[in-house]
Amino acid sequence: MEIVLFYIAGAVTISATCLVVTRLDASHALVYLIVSLLAVAVIFYLLGAPFAAALEVVIYAGAIMVLFVFVVMMLNQGRRGVAQERGILQPRMWIGPGVLSGVLLLEMIYLIASQTATTAAVVVPPRQVGIALFGPYLLAVELASILLLAALIGAFHFGRRYMRDRREGAE
Amino acid sequence: MIAISIPLEHVLVLAAVLFLLGATGVLVRRNVIFQLMSLEIMMNACGLAFIAGGARWGAPDGQIMYMLVLSLAAAEVAVGLGLVLQLERRFGHLDIDQASELNG
Repeated sequence: MEIVLFYIAGAVTISATCLVVTRLDASHALVYLIVSLLAVAVIFYLLGAPFAAALEVVIYAGAIMVLFVFVVMMLNQGRRGVAQERGILQPRMWIGPGVLSGVLLLEMIYLIASQTATTAAVVVPPRQVGIALFGPYLLAVELASILLLAALIGAFHFGRRYMRDRREGAE
Repeated sequence: MIAISIPLEHVLVLAAVLFLLGATGVLVRRNVIFQLMSLEIMMNACGLAFIAGGARWGAPDGQIMYMLVLSLAAAEVAVGLGLVLQLERRFGHLDIDQASELNG
């Protein structure tokens, strides 16, 4: 049964994500986050979206997580960061948000379970996605590119000041 | 290539679990890097819900919305990590509560 693959990937995703949220060391959490993203990519593939699965691996697990890895390595928190987190993070802090999220989850499950449907067993090929992307969704593509340009300028601004101050501090 | 019909509600429950795990992370953690990671988890859950919706109808629209979520996540991470660097430089640690003292 191929549907078992979906449940295995879902279990891997949920357990890896739980570990991300609870880790004290940022680099450990990052590796678990990459595992979680790869498992989600498997689910995308099973849902008949191979192009989205490829994007998940290449852009999410590849590019965005590499940015995180760069920053974590650059800040070099290591043991100091773990000690800091241990000081901040008391077990009773999990109670409030956990209860609220649990209530929301129960509500969502109740709403979702009240209607049943299955996903269509068809693959949506990249060709079809591309035709729709550069046809009816052309304006959305342009808006996304403007958003990325704004983010580029913002990141350049913050990063440039950081590097300049570091250089002055070194002299 | 395989595409199997998976019960839609199971995928949506998985997306809801992931989203709420991310929300719990944002609420509980005070380290900015962990909060950014939790935001990534939440956006990824949104993408999963979009893909599930697209797969329900066999239409490409879900994948296109997923791509837009992806570009939003990339933009958010770029600016967020720039802010993390500034925060670390000014205060020497990544406690989000210290960000209330940021100005200029």
